[in-house]
Amino acid sequence: MAIGPELPGADLAELIERGADAVVAVEDERLRHFDLERYAACLGRLIRQRRPEIVIAAATTTGRTLMPYVAVTVDAGLTADCTVLDIDAETGRLLQTRPAIGGHILATIATPTHRPQMATVRPHSTPPAARDAARRGEIERLAADDLPESRVRRVDFLPDDEEGGIQDAERVVAVGRGIKRADNIAIVRDLADALGAALGATREVVDRGWLSYPHQIGLSGKTITPKLYVGVGVSGSIQHLAGMQTAETIVAINSDPDAQLFRVADLGIVGDLFEVVPKLTERVRLGVEIA
Amino acid sequence: MRIIVPIKQVPETSSVRMDEQTGTMVRDGVEAIVNPLDLYAIETALRLRDARGGRVTCLSMGPPAAERALREALSMGCDDAALLSDSAFAGSDTWATSYALAAAVRKLGACDLILCGERATDGDTGQVGPGIAAWLNLPVVTYVGRVERVGEGRIRVRRLVEAGCEILDAALPCVLTVVKAIAAPRLPTLRGKQRARTADVPRWGPGDPDVDADKLGLSGSPTRVVNIFRPTVARQCELLPAGDAPGVEAAAERFAAFLREKELL
Repeated sequence: MAIGPELPGADLAELIERGADAVVAVEDERLRHFDLERYAACLGRLIRQRRPEIVIAAATTTGRTLMPYVAVTVDAGLTADCTVLDIDAETGRLLQTRPAIGGHILATIATPTHRPQMATVRPHSTPPAARDAARRGEIERLAADDLPESRVRRVDFLPDDEEGGIQDAERVVAVGRGIKRADNIAIVRDLADALGAALGATREVVDRGWLSYPHQIGLSGKTITPKLYVGVGVSGSIQHLAGMQTAETIVAINSDPDAQLFRVADLGIVGDLFEVVPKLTERVRLGVEIA
Repeated sequence: MRIIVPIKQVPETSSVRMDEQTGTMVRDGVEAIVNPLDLYAIETALRLRDARGGRVTCLSMGPPAAERALREALSMGCDDAALLSDSAFAGSDTWATSYALAAAVRKLGACDLILCGERATDGDTGQVGPGIAAWLNLPVVTYVGRVERVGEGRIRVRRLVEAGCEILDAALPCVLTVVKAIAAPRLPTLRGKQRARTADVPRWGPGDPDVDADKLGLSGSPTRVVNIFRPTVARQCELLPAGDAPGVEAAAERFAAFLREKELL
């Protein structure tokens, strides 16, 4: 199901090519931007009409707002921020696995009787299905008639003036207190640029005002599961680990060999970040050029 | 303004330990605290009240010991508190929890604003705030990083999303879930602590707010935890010493090769 203003046919066709058997597009100009009450009305209506067994959405700011609201209105069970989904061979139920207690445990959750079984899934927790141009499926476009009046009005949108957000980034380079001063962050930003990565930060860096809050990873910031996480001068407090230890590949750069981040890393470089990081940037740029 | 702040008592995450044998969480000796992300909601509520007058009521659901979390909220300056505590509520998932909290909000009478933390640091779902809004049929704005202004039955806020922030204008009453950027929480004052010690914190069971018993607790929850296990730490960190210039060169070389192996370069 896709919600929006008149949606490009190529985007809807891509959903088929990536594995969907049918696509329902609910279209109206008033659905151009996320509007909880209107989106919830569209999703709720479709669930009541088509009675799906399972409803899955991305665990983005949109998905994590829309899904809990709709789950209440349609009496459905909902599991947040799953990293693994499976079907129980015996019962046919959706098995939803998610990290909890700051990543200390994984819990598998099922919804025995309520339908649909709803889940939000953490971005990048699974690779997207490959495109197959030969796949065929039905695309149905529905007009969103009788949308409710919304009690929340969108006045403006202020895009981040810097690099892309960390939440939906495939790669993240995070900077910790080891960077010492705000000015020094430039060398980490260079590495992030070379890798095509978003720039993240620990709580200490944000609390010192060196980077703004949207960069913060961890318990009081964002939880991310990128394909690549590189921590520069990040010690690896439990609060920070809670926000990134489900990353697919973790690289740590720290002068302290006892830094906690090394314990969850795949590759660790023990050295002075001011010496190491510019070399890594140089090497990555070279590699990209060769490729 | 009449403001209600639902809060949760959580284990202090940095002191959580795991039982190696059973793979379960050792809760004994782990300090119980106010969910750190709820402190931002409390602070926001107190600032709005201090600027505009009104009353801030804290609400929680949990075991009798969760009263301590409410007393801490009182010591920060909240005006009153109530605790939903009864075995009927035990084992509630986010759907049943938001149902019970919504019923308690209704019992408290008309309010202008319900302020929630973005999520709790133990369950980590972020579903209860939007759930409360749905049960009460109120608008909700999540991930609020700033209150721009309040007036004439509306509140203007900044909602932090993936690529920037939305400026939204919501009708009151509404539910907001807030993030750390909104305000630095104040510390309890001595006078606040004294007041909190003796304040009356009513304990409500399922008969107090009007609720449907079928929607409470484990039996009323759509979801079930069927398995809990420890993440397998399969990572074997390959450590590269880079203490001198040749070491740095070699590490950079290996870093690039490593990324190529992982098809990241």
